[in-house]
Amino acid sequence: MNQFLTFVQKEFYHIFRDRWTTIILLLLPVVMLILFGFMMTTEVKNTRVAIFDPSRDIATQGIINKFTTSEYFIVEGYIDHPREIEALFRKGRIGLVLVFSERFHENWMHTGEAQVQLIADGSDPNTASTLTMYATQLINAYRQESLDLPQTPLQLTPEIKLLYNPTLKGSYNFVPGVMGMILMLICAMMTSVSIAREKETGTMEVLLVSPMKSIQIIIAKVVPYFFISVINLTTVLVLSVFVLGMPVNGSLGLLIFISLIYIFVSLALGLLISSAVDRQMVALLISAMVLMLPVIMLSGMMFPVENLPGVLRWMSHVIPAKWYMIAVKKIMIEGLGFEAVAREFVILCSMAVLLITASVKRFKYRLE
Amino acid sequence: MKSTTRDIVISAQQLTKKFGRFTAVDAISFDVYKGEIFGFLGANGAGKTTAMRMLSGLSAATSGRATVAGYDINTQPEQIKKTIGYMSQKFALYDDLKVWENIRLYAGIYGVPEKEIAPRTDRLLEQLGFENERNTMVKSLPLGWKQKLAFSVAIFHEPTVVFLDEPTGGVDPAARRNFWEMIYDAAARGITVFATTHYMDEAEYCDRVSIMVDGKIEALDSPVQLKQTYNARTMDEVFHQLARTSTRKAD
Repeated sequence: MNQFLTFVQKEFYHIFRDRWTTIILLLLPVVMLILFGFMMTTEVKNTRVAIFDPSRDIATQGIINKFTTSEYFIVEGYIDHPREIEALFRKGRIGLVLVFSERFHENWMHTGEAQVQLIADGSDPNTASTLTMYATQLINAYRQESLDLPQTPLQLTPEIKLLYNPTLKGSYNFVPGVMGMILMLICAMMTSVSIAREKETGTMEVLLVSPMKSIQIIIAKVVPYFFISVINLTTVLVLSVFVLGMPVNGSLGLLIFISLIYIFVSLALGLLISSAVDRQMVALLISAMVLMLPVIMLSGMMFPVENLPGVLRWMSHVIPAKWYMIAVKKIMIEGLGFEAVAREFVILCSMAVLLITASVKRFKYRLE
Repeated sequence: MKSTTRDIVISAQQLTKKFGRFTAVDAISFDVYKGEIFGFLGANGAGKTTAMRMLSGLSAATSGRATVAGYDINTQPEQIKKTIGYMSQKFALYDDLKVWENIRLYAGIYGVPEKEIAPRTDRLLEQLGFENERNTMVKSLPLGWKQKLAFSVAIFHEPTVVFLDEPTGGVDPAARRNFWEMIYDAAARGITVFATTHYMDEAEYCDRVSIMVDGKIEALDSPVQLKQTYNARTMDEVFHQLARTSTRKAD
């Protein structure tokens, strides 16, 4: 036991004496959370709008008023000719142009048809479609109001209500993603690099010749990163609740429990990588390419899994982060209990068992 | 020199290791005696490291048997690990640990009793003249000092046998001679030294030397005898006469 504790202590020395590593390990979650939570948001606010309005009548004014009062848009001003539109976009000042047809109100009243064109910058398709969607809603709202006269025939007005995230906050999607990413990064990358380092410097050979059992070496290597992961988990949770305003609607205990299982999966992945490589650099690259990219791309953090092409959707099933994110969302946001995350729980547990078995086997095999 | 009637510490009989169809170590047999300095020579790829890995319990033998300190390498590798010391060619100390922390770590791993660690550390640092380096990070020690420390750490738990894998790589000749004095001291205390080396001048320091060529031991005797047998002036010449017969490519 004494032997084991001495070894764990040594692992902590390795981490804390490397000041930059320590700083990165402890600050990374904070930086990532703030980056993703505040900056990489899909909400579009305060977009500047330019208007080309040859009609200047009551209807166009009504629609423009809608834009003026909306929190999403700021009416920047009128332009005199459609030719100016492209120049405006190039300057990057505006995000949307509203073009009315001539004699807008007159046409609308007499023929029942009037045209308004929305022009957005398609070089960022997501923003463009969000903007046009907001704008369409405003125009429709104006139409509804002005038609809302006694003689109007029966109308059907759908009212949309978004459950769990009524204000469409981006952080609801990103926080679980960042949690999945950080824990994977710290556990898998750091474990694999630290074992690869021992192989590179030759100390692993000395350890293997020593009376220490390989399983003891593995556990001692993993313990410090487990601790750091728990600290990071705490930081992420505290920040997301108190700074980003994330709710914890479900049980906090369950959330921590499922996170611990996910940490085990990540540690096991790190061990598996380190059993296959002998160089720190390779361990680092494999962790980054094979673990981080899929976590970001295929876990549903950036792009909905449902939208992925067939093969990638299949691949996403083997990514632990995907299941972890689903579980975290269910617990934190939807406030569901254990039954609701049973599937994710079973999947993560099986992954943990499978990976730990595989890496311990491989580690022993390497001794041959 | 030393008589050969003493206790046998390492004994190998027809020890063989195959990787698939490749025979890395081909039925080698030899005995090493207590307190002896045994030089294990051979070109790269001759099978030295593989043989040493089998003897130190890192790798299982394909056939044949061997005992180290009375324990069978096939059935009692765990006991062997407790009774041997090992120093690799990379002086595997931890760069980011202090001198005393490295000693403390290996003492802990080898199960040196807690009470003895501190006084033995003091004594060791004094012998090495490292009293002022107790709290120095190993990475700032010169290479020759690292090597002395690595050897001291490898024998800190008073093993029966210490395996040295190319212990003097990259160290200047003066430091090497210095280092061999430490090896003589250890042998005088009864620790058997089993060392692989590239440097033929070092082979001269050994009590007995075995030379491996293509997985087999081609010669085994004291340096003086070997030079007579092969009618050579130096061990270097002996080695080249034997190595010339090699058909195996160095790895």
